[in-house]
Amino acid sequence: MQNTTAPAVSRAEAVKKYKKTSQFGETMKRMARNKAAVLGLIILVALILMSLCADFLYDYDTYVVKQNIADRLQWPSAQHPLGTDEFGRDLLARIVHGSRTSLLLSFAAVALSLAVGGFLGAIAGYYGKWLDNLLMRIMDVILAIPMTLFAMVIVAALGASTLNLVIALSVSQIPTFARVVRGAVLTVKDSEYIEAARAIGQRDLSIISAHVLPNCMAPIIVQTTLRIAATITSTASLSFLGLGVTAPTPEWGALLSTGRTFIRDSSYLTFFPGLFIMITILSLNLLGDGLRDALDPRLR
Amino acid sequence: MRENKSKYSIDIEDLYVEYRTDYGVVKALNGMDLKIEHGKTLGLVGETGAGKTTTGLSILKLIPDPPGVIVGGSIKLDGEDLMEKTEKEMGQIRGKEISMIFQDPMTALNPVMTVEEQIAESIELHEQVSKSEAIEKARAMLELVGIPGERGKEYPHQFSGGMKQRVVIAIALACNPSLLIADEPTTALDVTIQAQVLEMMKELKEKYNTSMLMITHDLGIVAEICDTVSIIYAGQVVEHGNLEDIFENTRHPYTEGLFNSLPNLKDRKAKLKPIKGLMPDPANLPEGCAFCPRCDYAMEICKTQKPEKIYRNDGHYVRCHLYNEENIQEGRLETR
Repeated sequence: MQNTTAPAVSRAEAVKKYKKTSQFGETMKRMARNKAAVLGLIILVALILMSLCADFLYDYDTYVVKQNIADRLQWPSAQHPLGTDEFGRDLLARIVHGSRTSLLLSFAAVALSLAVGGFLGAIAGYYGKWLDNLLMRIMDVILAIPMTLFAMVIVAALGASTLNLVIALSVSQIPTFARVVRGAVLTVKDSEYIEAARAIGQRDLSIISAHVLPNCMAPIIVQTTLRIAATITSTASLSFLGLGVTAPTPEWGALLSTGRTFIRDSSYLTFFPGLFIMITILSLNLLGDGLRDALDPRLR
Repeated sequence: MRENKSKYSIDIEDLYVEYRTDYGVVKALNGMDLKIEHGKTLGLVGETGAGKTTTGLSILKLIPDPPGVIVGGSIKLDGEDLMEKTEKEMGQIRGKEISMIFQDPMTALNPVMTVEEQIAESIELHEQVSKSEAIEKARAMLELVGIPGERGKEYPHQFSGGMKQRVVIAIALACNPSLLIADEPTTALDVTIQAQVLEMMKELKEKYNTSMLMITHDLGIVAEICDTVSIIYAGQVVEHGNLEDIFENTRHPYTEGLFNSLPNLKDRKAKLKPIKGLMPDPANLPEGCAFCPRCDYAMEICKTQKPEKIYRNDGHYVRCHLYNEENIQEGRLETR
């Protein structure tokens, strides 16, 4: 008797256990197995924490804004771990505070262009015909204008503010997302399972969100991580032209471009901001790769 | 059990479907007739490109448009004309009244969605149930097709081909449709699994009293599970009847050709006699009988005039100039 009941109990338990793990929990568990992705996640969390705690680490007025000509252009030392800039301000303090602007701007701009570009690309790819033509030709027109120039026009027209900067940076990137998503949708939409979803009477929007987009994740994730990097540097070029973040507000791209003047004697001024940009991008790429693998059930 | 308004579950009359491309008009269906009584199975047999799948998709009004256009004819589901339905009304019919089993189970399932979610999707869409109830019912459907319910949490790639086809069948049957369109459901499976899947489909169909349109080119499957058979050639039914009519009293030269193309197990030395030539180009059909260029019995009249239906009995008809009212009973084909 005992022999027959024992497996039944364990099976019931197994089913219970099965129910417990959610989609999110399972994805996280799979990602935990990917060392590189975990590293990326740790770095990214550290960077975000750093920008959140910036005010506790360095007082904005004393370290970031106040000039101290006596200490100008000092190489890294115990007092100034990353050296000082041409006005004698601590570079580390400026990088720490700069992460706020840089991360916020680039994440917000990319999120916005991903949402808009992704939506446009998805409906263009899915419905095709005249809608596809219309949307893609508009995208072509935007693509034909150099990204920086286009952002400049928008900032010049709307006025320089953080919100307008985000809009400018995102609008000029919408076409890249729209094209990537459209391309991915085109490869997926003729699959038999899409036809099968239509054959059970599913509505178009549900088909796009439940069947088409989840199968297009890989290129979208890769594109997103790459665009964040590009956005940080284009913020810099806008700042350089006086259309982005204005001095003395620190911003990584701006730090990089002002450091350029002193690259001969004080190379650390370009090296460290560049290093931080690189680390951010690297962590995003690692995380993105891990996320892509963890989200793909075939690789489990 | 549902009340039937009409004698037929599905009644297609004189259906014309064309694919209009830049390179010309491809006439996929040319006066297609098809009737299935409630609870019965019709086998739709023909070569590749004869219009079998187009027929199936027409019923669901899922012909890719453009280039596909339904030019004329009527499709009635239990007496209701589907041609008049709006896209929204069709959305309620697809999956609920009519559902389809696709040819290749390897590609008919969404790779990034769990199996139970895919079955539940159809249930959620057509029945007033919560998500968790739908999942529960999806698991019950899995059990019904012989897969343990807890495996519903898994993804399609974790299933074998035969199991995937069972899942596809579970999706198709989830809302208890009145008509099931099976588009070569066993072509992608190996023979042992084929038999299992067919047996299961037969059982489920009887259990739910579902009518079925079995699209296939395998006459063995037809003999196994169909009640009536339509032989289709170049978008038109050339011979229709019940199993006995078609298998024992073959009248059309094309049907005969199909039988001759099968290996004969009793006489293993006998050579196969394939039908010579290929299907005519549907963009450029012959003026007369579409089968004429390949037919051993072709006559002068075949080249210029399309044959009309000649009935042998109430259910059995053939479209061929060889026959008229007088000689239809004895048949004119050389014995096999």
